[in-house]
Amino acid sequence: MKVPHANEVYGLIGEFDTPKELMAAARKVREAGYHRIDAYAPFPIEGLSQALGLGRKHDLVPLLTLIGGLGGGLTGFFFQLWVNMSAYPLNIGGRPLNSWPAFIPVTFELTVLGASTFAVFGMLALNKLPQPHHPLFNLARFKHASIDKFFLCIEAHDPKFHLEETARFLQSVNAQHVSEVRDED
Amino acid sequence: MSTGDRTVNSPEIGRLARVLEPGHSYASVTDKIASIVLTRPVSIGWLGGFSIAFTLMMVLLGSIAWLIVKGVGIWGINIPIGWGFAIVNFVWWIGIGHAGTLISAILFLLNQKWRTSINRFAEAMTLFAVACAGIFPLIHTGRPWMAYYMFPYPSTMSIWPQFRSPLIWDVFAVSTYGTVSALFWFVGLIPDLATLRDRATNKTAQVIYGMLAMGWRGSARHWHRYQSAYLLLAGLATPLVLSVHTVVSFDFSIAIVPGWHTTIFPPYFVAGAIYSGFAMVLTIAIPLRKAYDLEDFITMRHLENMAKVMLATGLIVAYGYFFEFFMSLYSGNKFDVFLVQQRLHGPYSGYYFALILCNILTPQLLWIQKVRTNVAVLFVMSLVINLGMWLERFVIVVISLTRDFVPSAWGRYQATFWDYSTFVGTIGLFVTLLFLFVRALPAISIAEMRELVAHEDRHK
Repeated sequence: MKVPHANEVYGLIGEFDTPKELMAAARKVREAGYHRIDAYAPFPIEGLSQALGLGRKHDLVPLLTLIGGLGGGLTGFFFQLWVNMSAYPLNIGGRPLNSWPAFIPVTFELTVLGASTFAVFGMLALNKLPQPHHPLFNLARFKHASIDKFFLCIEAHDPKFHLEETARFLQSVNAQHVSEVRDED
Repeated sequence: MSTGDRTVNSPEIGRLARVLEPGHSYASVTDKIASIVLTRPVSIGWLGGFSIAFTLMMVLLGSIAWLIVKGVGIWGINIPIGWGFAIVNFVWWIGIGHAGTLISAILFLLNQKWRTSINRFAEAMTLFAVACAGIFPLIHTGRPWMAYYMFPYPSTMSIWPQFRSPLIWDVFAVSTYGTVSALFWFVGLIPDLATLRDRATNKTAQVIYGMLAMGWRGSARHWHRYQSAYLLLAGLATPLVLSVHTVVSFDFSIAIVPGWHTTIFPPYFVAGAIYSGFAMVLTIAIPLRKAYDLEDFITMRHLENMAKVMLATGLIVAYGYFFEFFMSLYSGNKFDVFLVQQRLHGPYSGYYFALILCNILTPQLLWIQKVRTNVAVLFVMSLVINLGMWLERFVIVVISLTRDFVPSAWGRYQATFWDYSTFVGTIGLFVTLLFLFVRALPAISIAEMRELVAHEDRHK
């Protein structure tokens, strides 16, 4: 992905009042052949990612969670086995060293710990967060994206992007306050 | 008949069925919740409450300092009662935490809309309760500066923890629980921190909330992954919360002490944990909604539902008490039979009867709808149940340890001033953290409230 340089156009953004209007506009923008688009909303909207053409494939979080869980659980179990069988064997009343049922609680806890940390940090990493600077933050009205407005942005690196035509197109799908987003500093 | 089925005949009944009062928009829920943090001046009530809590927290610090100077001999523990208040308080606090996870994870998976306005502060309550709980086993070790011995690390002495011991399971269960609860809470907070960043007018607040929000901008791609991570976390936290009190109950039930060695302990501990946790959520929610005018968001429907959960889990706990009693007698084991007699007629029978009164008899009033919808009565009842659950752990820990197999090993337990001061001190710590929390972070999830507004709009 191309990183926008200083004072370069990042894209065009339009504003909507309701999730319904945003969804309708997102569909029309997709139908018009734009691909480099993203929507911004103050809460998750069901079906929005489909309307934007993001399939389930975009979401690697479940896979990462599975890897974290398996990793945590297997490491936990075999670590306990190693401690009890070879590193520090203790004969307690003649009980077997490989008393695996007693290792299950810790194995379970470490499975959950591994899966949860991978889910959270994996989600943040895939979303490329923390990301303190983003061109959209230059737009004063974008503050409303975390409060009560819904935004649709067509990014400048879309092959179909044309400053005037795309702006007119956004207005034609009922977007308000259509404006240019620039990366200023 | 469920609450949702009630038709709106009278305004009062209609009011009960709502999880959000009508007339709210995205902006108005945002304003109302964010203003508590951003624009409201510090009130006399907040300052007064905070000062009291802070003073009690200082009592905790003083008590711990004195403990470290003198050792655990300042407490009432002795041989054979080696556990005493420290373990009673540990189990009590960790149990309280369970309601937060239940609300945020299990009710989320069950798609219960009414969880929305109470999950944030219930999760905060979980974290603070786990923080209070964690102190006790640590200081109970006698040499808290050696507590890292409990974690497996490659030491120069080549020794490793005993993984076959429930006490080590506890270390893993509680530390995982604390970590996962913190992650869950923080993930839920990210969109709200972005809201606070965008609404804050003061530079310091903008910078702090900005850093915490990590550049969240509400992108649809981000929300997509965010939702799947949140759902997975809820799915992971659900078995976790059930496992934590199960492992805590193993601390008792794996031992052969009469009154502890019972298979009913895991489910009965988990039910008790949720019972006390919901009582604590009510103890916090009732003053919170009053002080910050949140009656529109934390409605009677929420209070009534929580009362119903308390009633249900209270009945499970009562079932547990009954079967504990029945199995002791039915087993014919003379030590178990003797323990039942000691609970009823021994030196601590007063605690046992107080426990029955608080945990079984009083909550039966919750069958009456007038009681469930009376805020003052609910508040008092939540305190009674909290007390009852503390007594339950006292009965389990102390009565069994004072009366085990041979009379020569019998003993008495008397808590000292330092036992009480440490316990009261942790309440101070808990309340201090809650007071700071309501002023620093949104006590209700703003993003989820907006979803609720959207949901209500669709169903108009």
